[in-house]
Amino acid sequence: MTPQTVETDPEMVTADVVVVGCGPAGIAAAVVASERGLRVMIVDRGLEPGGQIWRHVADAAKPAIADRWIRRLSASAVRTVRGASVVDVEVAADGFGILADVSGRAMRIRSTHLILATGARELFIPFDGWTLPGVMGIGGAQALLKSGASFAGKRVAIAGSGPLMLPVAASLARAGARVVRVAEQASRSSVMRFASGLWSSPSLLLQAAQYRARFITSAYSLGTWVTAAHGDERVETVTVTNGRRNWRDKVDMLCTGYGLVPNIELARLIGCETRDGAVVVDEQQHTTVTNVFAVGEVTGIGGAPLALVEGQIAGAKVGSNSPPARELARKRELLIQAAQRMSAAFAPRAELRSLPGSDTIVCRCEDVLYGAVQGAACARQAKLYTRVGMGPCQGRTCMPGLEFLLGWQPDSIRPPIEPVSVSVLSSEIADGATPSFLSNSTVGEAYQ
Amino acid sequence: MSSNVTAVPADIVVDGRHVRVPSNCTVAVALFDLGVSAFRKSVSGQPRGPVCAMGVCFECRVTIDGTPHQRACLIPVADGMQIRTAGES
Amino acid sequence: MTARPDVIVIGAGIVGAACAEAITRSGRRVLILDASFAGSGTTAAGMGHLVVMDDTPAEIALSAYSVGLWRELVPKLPRTVEYRPCGTLWVAEDEEQLDAVREKQRIYSEHGISAETLSPSQLAEAEPHLRPGLAGALHVPGDGVIYPPNGALALVQMAIANGAEIREGVRVDAIGVREVLAGDERISCDCVVNAAGAQAPALTPGLPIVPRKGHLVITERYPDFCHHQLVELGYLASAHTMTTESVAFNVQPRATGQLLIGSSRELVGWDASVNRNIVRKMLDRALDFMPDIGSAAAIRIWTGFRPATPDAVPLIGAWDESPGLWIAAGHEGLGITTSLGTGQLLADLMAGQQTAIDAAPFAPSRVLVGEAVHS
Repeated sequence: MTPQTVETDPEMVTADVVVVGCGPAGIAAAVVASERGLRVMIVDRGLEPGGQIWRHVADAAKPAIADRWIRRLSASAVRTVRGASVVDVEVAADGFGILADVSGRAMRIRSTHLILATGARELFIPFDGWTLPGVMGIGGAQALLKSGASFAGKRVAIAGSGPLMLPVAASLARAGARVVRVAEQASRSSVMRFASGLWSSPSLLLQAAQYRARFITSAYSLGTWVTAAHGDERVETVTVTNGRRNWRDKVDMLCTGYGLVPNIELARLIGCETRDGAVVVDEQQHTTVTNVFAVGEVTGIGGAPLALVEGQIAGAKVGSNSPPARELARKRELLIQAAQRMSAAFAPRAELRSLPGSDTIVCRCEDVLYGAVQGAACARQAKLYTRVGMGPCQGRTCMPGLEFLLGWQPDSIRPPIEPVSVSVLSSEIADGATPSFLSNSTVGEAYQ
Repeated sequence: MSSNVTAVPADIVVDGRHVRVPSNCTVAVALFDLGVSAFRKSVSGQPRGPVCAMGVCFECRVTIDGTPHQRACLIPVADGMQIRTAGES
Repeated sequence: MTARPDVIVIGAGIVGAACAEAITRSGRRVLILDASFAGSGTTAAGMGHLVVMDDTPAEIALSAYSVGLWRELVPKLPRTVEYRPCGTLWVAEDEEQLDAVREKQRIYSEHGISAETLSPSQLAEAEPHLRPGLAGALHVPGDGVIYPPNGALALVQMAIANGAEIREGVRVDAIGVREVLAGDERISCDCVVNAAGAQAPALTPGLPIVPRKGHLVITERYPDFCHHQLVELGYLASAHTMTTESVAFNVQPRATGQLLIGSSRELVGWDASVNRNIVRKMLDRALDFMPDIGSAAAIRIWTGFRPATPDAVPLIGAWDESPGLWIAAGHEGLGITTSLGTGQLLADLMAGQQTAIDAAPFAPSRVLVGEAVHS
């Protein structure tokens, strides 16, 4: 560690509503609340609005709806803090005290309401070789691609589950990658049953057909999964199985992931009730904590259309007593039902529970082997004895998979909810600082 | 972001090697395109590279301008930036 | 366990584990009961500093004895206990504290503990990230560090190898006369050891032990940042003055290369939540001594409850109010260090054998006569 001076005099700002996350749900919530006259601030880790799903705003293939909402955000009075990680939220009688790390500087924000739009991350199930360089998340590969990385000429296998695989395969193929296989673990019958239900959502079916056409040369294998990755310094081949037969594919990269898990850490820190890994909300997106709303994937994986609807509902409801528009409520209900059908169709099969062997690394931060944690009575015991989940990712990468494999319940949560410098953590609001609501529209610029 | 990727180049140093990369891209993208696969060494000495590319997994950690444990996927490159990966000699 | 246990140890924290291990060596059949699992309570929250402390004659006797026992035990411990012989630097801020350092050195040498006084330049050389302008330090090379939960686990496993049994997830509801009640179960034995730490008074009313909350912050790995356990000389005042709130500079290089930053003390009952204000004060204190620690990434904060006694001396020995009942509790922030000495002391007392150090200052009965041995 080099001696380094970190600015510690924090900015102190106030808002009526702080929205954490700038994906579709956060944007919709912020825009609607702001248009109602509330002072709204978005705090987001990204450097651009849109979250993961609307990353790469300049892409011609970006949905028109993303364009519309991002324009509406720009035109609104919403203040956005970019490159900012929320590391702690204190709940007080008069509101919330938010500590954000903005490129190594502390920012403290007071608000009376919170809208959590913290999105989701990928579910990883560990297998031999998954720690080799070149093995990435499916969403991870997409994020790199959207950030400008070149995949031209790379042999890529995509293995895992869920509707994200097809669009990622398509965009990789479009970028010049050779997609050698898309292995969907869900069975053909399960996926077909789901696909036939898509007649009720024609746009989704259309999308699926387009994706299929774009990488028609590669194999889309249903009921198929990867059991191991092999290579010395990076992945070279992967073992694929359909439960009856095993074979190897030669690859430069393997993209893997078994769907998404909501980022519920902040909600849990605040004390919001969660169920089955998602934040519990009522029909108006209110959590079990007063004045805290949750929208989008954090309330259950449902995709961008549902996220937009939930965001609008929360944005209309926050700080008011009005019921949500009937039309939005109806859409929400239908989209939630569709999401539930999707989750059921792509639920991980039982065979995946035997993916890791006792010598398979499960915790990438601390290099803990599966055999070391299998006998633990609970997550906390495994953490204390083996350090599994105790590294800088705070268990976000391994714990959802271990919960799937071993039936653990999530352990307790404490601040900071992500690593933060001692300087930022120790920063105090300067004496005599007058809370002021910044007038420039993009606070984050000051920090970049 | 990628619309600007080719706009202005940035001169950075990766493990002692002087390279020119598009500015406005993240360190992770720059290293990926340079063919770096081992961004960091794990606690047991294994090579590791990016997994989530969105700040969650901490597998893409590198040392930037002397500060260790920086997430390459979250930090944009800057002219003159010194980056050390697991591959440093 | 099919056979009736001779001794039931309640609590598989590091103190209970050490007692169980020592008692099994005298040939007794031991049953360990823990409401959760071994090392999961105060032990899990501890820093794991194996340190000789000299606040009272009783304390230096027990801690010096214990650190010696740890050094003997180390070769038998699994690697997971992460023993690191890093030594301690007691850092003096000014000349007055340096005088205290010299006095400390004198006391240590009386007890056969090797220690040397470092000049400001020697201190700066030993720990370059400490701020300039410090007056010096006392270097105690025999101190060390372990990873506490795995220390407790290793002791439990040694006890099991000697014939003990552990039942985890068993909450004891009451201690009777030569028996323990847990749910529907009534388990009889010859002796009961209450090693339930800060929860000991719930089972033995009258024990003057209160939970004293502490916070710790752990960072990412910075393997060369510091080399010794660093403690400000003012730590003793923080540890031994029962004020409602105090912090002290205390930084430990873990075997992993992580930095563990302490310490705080609060009397707030059993509220385990993170107190952001005291964390800020604690980190400010660390930044005052080590400004460069500001750029270290903190990855986790936790809290724990030290079992504190009014006279800052643990309760080790027979509880005269109840035949067959023994106490090994009240070790405040020194339980990891003094666990081994406590276990051996208790086992020797129970066996009616000569003890290696004078057991009288630790006699729990001192609280029954309403008089502290040490003021």
